[in-house]
Amino acid sequence: MALLRIRNLTVEFATASGRFRAVDSVDQDVDTGEILAIVGESGSGKSVSMLAVMGLLPWTAKVTADEITFDGHDLLRIDNRARRRIIGKDLAMIFQEPMSSLNPCFTVGWQIKEALRFHLGMDRRARHARAVELFEQVGIPDPEKRLSAFPHQLSGGMNQRVMIAMAIACKPKLLIADEPTTALDVTIQAQILDLLAFLRDESGMGLVLITHDMGVVAETAERVSVQYAGQKVEEQSVVDLFSTPHHPYTAALLDALPERATERLLPTIPGVVPGQFDRPAGCLFSPRCKFADARCKSTPPPVLGPDLGYARCFYPLNTDERIAS
Amino acid sequence: MLNYVLGRLLTFIPTFIGVTLISFGFIRALPGDPITVMAGERGVSAERYAELKVQYGFDQPIYVQFWDYLTGVLHGDLGTSFVTKRPVFDEFFALFPATLELSICAMIFALLLGLPAGVIAAVNRGKFFDRALMSTALVGYSMPIFWWALLLIIVFSGNLGWTPVSGRIDLLYYFPDATGFMLIDSLASGQSGAFKSAVLHLILPTVVLGTIPLAVIARQTRSAMLEVLGEDYIRTARSKGMSPGRINGIHALRNAMIPVITVIGLSVGTLLAGAILTETIFSWPGIGKWMVDSIFRRDYPVVQGGLLLIAVMVMIVNLTVDMLYGVINPKIRKR
Repeated sequence: MALLRIRNLTVEFATASGRFRAVDSVDQDVDTGEILAIVGESGSGKSVSMLAVMGLLPWTAKVTADEITFDGHDLLRIDNRARRRIIGKDLAMIFQEPMSSLNPCFTVGWQIKEALRFHLGMDRRARHARAVELFEQVGIPDPEKRLSAFPHQLSGGMNQRVMIAMAIACKPKLLIADEPTTALDVTIQAQILDLLAFLRDESGMGLVLITHDMGVVAETAERVSVQYAGQKVEEQSVVDLFSTPHHPYTAALLDALPERATERLLPTIPGVVPGQFDRPAGCLFSPRCKFADARCKSTPPPVLGPDLGYARCFYPLNTDERIAS
Repeated sequence: MLNYVLGRLLTFIPTFIGVTLISFGFIRALPGDPITVMAGERGVSAERYAELKVQYGFDQPIYVQFWDYLTGVLHGDLGTSFVTKRPVFDEFFALFPATLELSICAMIFALLLGLPAGVIAAVNRGKFFDRALMSTALVGYSMPIFWWALLLIIVFSGNLGWTPVSGRIDLLYYFPDATGFMLIDSLASGQSGAFKSAVLHLILPTVVLGTIPLAVIARQTRSAMLEVLGEDYIRTARSKGMSPGRINGIHALRNAMIPVITVIGLSVGTLLAGAILTETIFSWPGIGKWMVDSIFRRDYPVVQGGLLLIAVMVMIVNLTVDMLYGVINPKIRKR
């Protein structure tokens, strides 16, 4: 039984010009102790699907799914009060912008101790001791002093460490990291990723890493789920994905990596992710796919089996078999 | 911090000169003069008039009169009332507690209702409560204060007989005004019923004076809250599993307080202006009523000195408010 199990998750936003489908029938499993990366371009619904799990979407969002279970809790039918006892405790999340994700009016110590007080009912002394311990764990020097600092007095990297300390404060079973390194500079990025992997090794928690950076995926993840325009288009272990991508989108993403470039000009994927008004009738990637034919443009492709990385494609790559047409 | 306060105090100087000049010019621009007013209907003979003119210094050129006044002010002498012959300074501080008491009560009333109303409206944006509250606030803001006062008097004092019409306390009670604050003095006097009477007298003036600040604070709190509720750190608080009450009331409100504090500071000026009308309507013996009476009496020193002292009060309050920003938001804390 997976720690987090999502079946057929769809999220639609009510906008002024009608409904917009941000997440489209996504299935996802995360096991205890594993690192799953969700990759995709901006607007591919990576964050939205995880925010749906957390129950943090705005009221304009409509979430439907066959199943969302976490650690035996049915998150689809849970009431808000019960959900609040789970999120922040067993299910935690960190966000992209550490600077704006911390409240400027309160010390970072106050913000960490808050969760300890409400979820674990620790007294003042125990909260302080635990906060110091957490700061040490995430590598913040001089924790006693830093606890009384305000977010604006710390650097972006330090703030992200604070966010991580806050998220792991109650020893969560699953940590969702939503582009945790995007706002940080490259040297700090590596430190934060190492820290996340280290914490996973130490505590055995599951880790979902949302990113658009294939480099981050290769470095940190064990299993990769590729999303495109709200759909999961492929899912494989990180080694297999990098060696034998089956979906043309995955292959195109990998080709665009500078390390893999063979020519002077880096290959790109022409066009952009379809928006609310230009969603194709068939395969959502077909307008940008160099292998697409008439069938791709008119009929939505099926989801293939596990040996083909659950690719949503009529013509998966790196295989001799063609599915019967 | 000390440098900052000193710097701010320096900026008081131009304001100070401006207020002196305007109050000096304004009262003299009114037709009539104190001598004619004091003489009343009986009038005064031409010789006596000329004599008094010399006595009050009105025979001097206007710039000499201003210079005399200004040097007096700089020596801490605001002059003596033509009517009561008492120093303006003493009169002001004898009456100021009454105005202060009323203003504080009005501000507390405005805050106690305005902040929660703004927060609730923001959290329920677009729903019935929000719309109802914000239209009510608009009505409250646009309503002429004297008309609102009369309406309340007619209903609550006239028809229902719940509250007294005017004054600070029933004539039944007498005790020395140790602090000048009726609520404290009546309580300290130990006379049964005195405190209740003082409270009853305060209710209507408080509501009348507090209505505009209440409307402004409610609307400002709502818009500040709406902005803050969209911030990333609110999402973080929700991701920690905090209750909506805690998120709205602590995480968001603390941030939303900054623009609200500004409005509160600006309201103090409005409050003192409103006090003039409110005190006149309710015969509240504070500086507002004192100023109005003095204008009718052409009591030059009182009007000039009173305006100056009020201006100084407003400046001090605004300086305090500016320093409060730092207390609420550490990001703008002065080093």
